[in-house]
Amino acid sequence: MTAHDRPLSPHLQIYRWHLLMTMSILHRASGVFLALGTVVLVAWLLALAAGPESYARMTAVIGSAPGLVFLFGWSAALFYHLCNGIRHLFWDAGQGYELPAAYASGYGVLVATVILTLAAWGGACLILGGV
Amino acid sequence: MMDMRKPLARVRGLGAAGEGVGHWWAQRVTAVALVPLSLWFVISVVMLAGADYATMHAWVAQPWVSVLLILFIIATLHHAQLGMQVVIEDYVSTPLLRMASILLVKAVAVVLVVAAVLALLQVALGG
Repeated sequence: MTAHDRPLSPHLQIYRWHLLMTMSILHRASGVFLALGTVVLVAWLLALAAGPESYARMTAVIGSAPGLVFLFGWSAALFYHLCNGIRHLFWDAGQGYELPAAYASGYGVLVATVILTLAAWGGACLILGGV
Repeated sequence: MMDMRKPLARVRGLGAAGEGVGHWWAQRVTAVALVPLSLWFVISVVMLAGADYATMHAWVAQPWVSVLLILFIIATLHHAQLGMQVVIEDYVSTPLLRMASILLVKAVAVVLVVAAVLALLQVALGG
């Protein structure tokens, strides 16, 4: 190939891997995962409308060990996509583009995701425990 | 630089694809709507942890809960199919396969929206 005379933009192999890239692709990955989770949400609504028997089957599936793992992953993906999405909205408004600001908001999103996920499951456990 | 476009095309600002920033804007609008809606949804579900069928049914059947759930489902699936479209456009390079998968995603999103809204109406109207 004699394609050396035109400039090519650097690609993944050229750049050193860093946090902001990981967070960027995680935003996309969590979005795709949430889209798949929406199918479960709609199935849950259909089961609720169909009556007690189908609702019991649905809650049995969601309450099983794989179901709870999926639900935990779904909640973590939701909080990450929500927090990082707000970060994206600030970027869309032209705010926080400087590298230190981008890193600060990035760490903020990661911390907020962990806190919100733990708070949601902690709250659910407390309510299940009858508080 | 000389602009070869006609004044009308410049004013419309739709660009070569003929849709301008419609897709991008719709994704931001649904994103902003989903911030309060998804927070409300998650908090509600946490508060209802372990609820039985009757409790859950009664909660969903409340008019304002049904309204918010319908809005949540519509905004979520609209946002999701817009996002999935971009992902497919980025990674699927075969034109026919790309078009087919985008259409499939949009069709599934429409089916899910209609199914969810029907289910919610059934619960809300006591069907």
